[in-house]
Amino acid sequence: MGATIIEKIIAHNIGADSVKPGDIVTVNVDRVMVDDIMMPFIVNKFHEMGFKELWDPDKVVMIYDHFVPASQVDDTRHFRIGDEFASRYGMKNVHRSDGICHQLMTEAGYVKPGDVVFGTDSHTTTYGCVGAFSTGIGYTEMAGILGTGQLWVKVPETIKVTISGKLSPNVTSKDIILRIIGDLTAAGATYQALEFCGDTIDDMTVASRMTMSNMAIEAGAKCALFTPDEKTAQYCEIELNDFQISLVGDADASYARELTYNAEDFVPVMACPSQVDSIKPVKELIGTKIDQVFIGSCTNGRLEDLQKAAAVLKGKKVSPFVKLIVTPASRKIYRQADADGTLLTLTEAGAIITHPGCGLCCGRSGGILTDGERVVATNNRNFLGRMGTSKVEIYLASPVTAAACAIAGEITEVSL
Amino acid sequence: MSETFTGRVWLLGDDIDTDIIIPTEYLALKSVEDMKPYAFSPLRPELAGQIEPGDIIVAGKNFGCGSSREQAPEVVKALGIRCIIAGSFARIFFRNAINNGLLLIENADLHDAVSEGDTIEVVTGSHITADGKEYQIASLPENLMEILNAGGLVKAMRKRNGLD
Repeated sequence: MGATIIEKIIAHNIGADSVKPGDIVTVNVDRVMVDDIMMPFIVNKFHEMGFKELWDPDKVVMIYDHFVPASQVDDTRHFRIGDEFASRYGMKNVHRSDGICHQLMTEAGYVKPGDVVFGTDSHTTTYGCVGAFSTGIGYTEMAGILGTGQLWVKVPETIKVTISGKLSPNVTSKDIILRIIGDLTAAGATYQALEFCGDTIDDMTVASRMTMSNMAIEAGAKCALFTPDEKTAQYCEIELNDFQISLVGDADASYARELTYNAEDFVPVMACPSQVDSIKPVKELIGTKIDQVFIGSCTNGRLEDLQKAAAVLKGKKVSPFVKLIVTPASRKIYRQADADGTLLTLTEAGAIITHPGCGLCCGRSGGILTDGERVVATNNRNFLGRMGTSKVEIYLASPVTAAACAIAGEITEVSL
Repeated sequence: MSETFTGRVWLLGDDIDTDIIIPTEYLALKSVEDMKPYAFSPLRPELAGQIEPGDIIVAGKNFGCGSSREQAPEVVKALGIRCIIAGSFARIFFRNAINNGLLLIENADLHDAVSEGDTIEVVTGSHITADGKEYQIASLPENLMEILNAGGLVKAMRKRNGLD
């Protein structure tokens, strides 16, 4: 019998011929990501557990992003504790202001196809875009991995999602993943892996796939996997080995569920307040007044996202009472968008460009909203209180939809 | 090893996310103890002040969805919640709770059968009694029971490292 992608990765990792859903196994971790919010807690737990050294300092990546630059005095405590820990245990992979953790892990080459990776942030599912098994864990489990290099996991069942055909120009991978989350519901893939395939997926850039693996957690999924292909190899700057090439869901693999979509059936959509699975076509929301637009985050802060938004905004002006905040996901993206004129187009239209990092997405800085305000945002969560008070309404959308809304001053469907 | 206890019910709905349990803005506070007053504040700002040690949270499906912040189960435990009974739990929250020794029980029917303020009885690994009616519950997988019985993952690791 054949295997799904996640079954192949786990079996390879533990040196078994095969594994099946429900098996509880101990995996050997290829890489971990720790972030600024969690550092003080990870350090405490690590020492409480009685560890004296890291299992492998080169496999640990520490990234400051949620609190960069500091917006509250106490934030700097997290940097101090992180820096002390890195220096004491010989960690070299440290990023203090280079961008969002989930962008950097693949962009800076820390994650390769077939790797097993854990991070102290739920959107660690992102690295499935290159065919890695990656998922979020808490700080206690992270402390355990830092000491032992291992973690137990339950082999998940897989939901296979096949998408075929050509997308409409005003539809992006964001609209696809939002629609799928709506169909699955917020708990619909809990404990399960998602596996994406079909010619629509083959045609997508790695950046577009990243948006989808990033948001898989919003349906409760443990991970979301794409088969590594030539685009993946180019993005990771590697040649795929036999194991990596084998990471395809077999025709006779066993799936918990299969969803099939025609690309032509996708339309621009939004996740409405305050649930990510509350999905409506943009057409049904037209005319809803807005106060702010946010384009950024580990979901949609990449170069192609900024370029697509800039194409919509070129020669236009942001509506007078709307603030458009654009946050590149990394310094590399910021510099690329600067070099190719994207940032100039955006600022000429009236956008505020902020520093790379999590920014407004986690509600700590860069455009906090207040009671009664409404925002169209390209990030991954519209939970109560996520971007300010609990009386802020957050609508999640694609970068092109968000850009069109910024010009209109209200929700509108973008035509391209 | 089965335990029996009773507790007062706080009733919450479906999809109680980790931003509701403890919003991001309070994650820079120095300790979970400092975070306690802000638990559940986006949804019910008064709730943290009303919860008493030994109380039980009964919720709908997908409790703890959202971020990986372990402060969420820690703050619930610090408030003195004896256990959470929900239709289902989000994956990361589930692991984090077990690792901190916070008991979670899955039951799909109890949520619609109890009211806030009711007192219910729990016999772990066996059943819940509410208003004279019994609701069956499953026990946890063996490897999780080992972590729970050790008193959480920190204690299990200390034992591994020859401490305690």
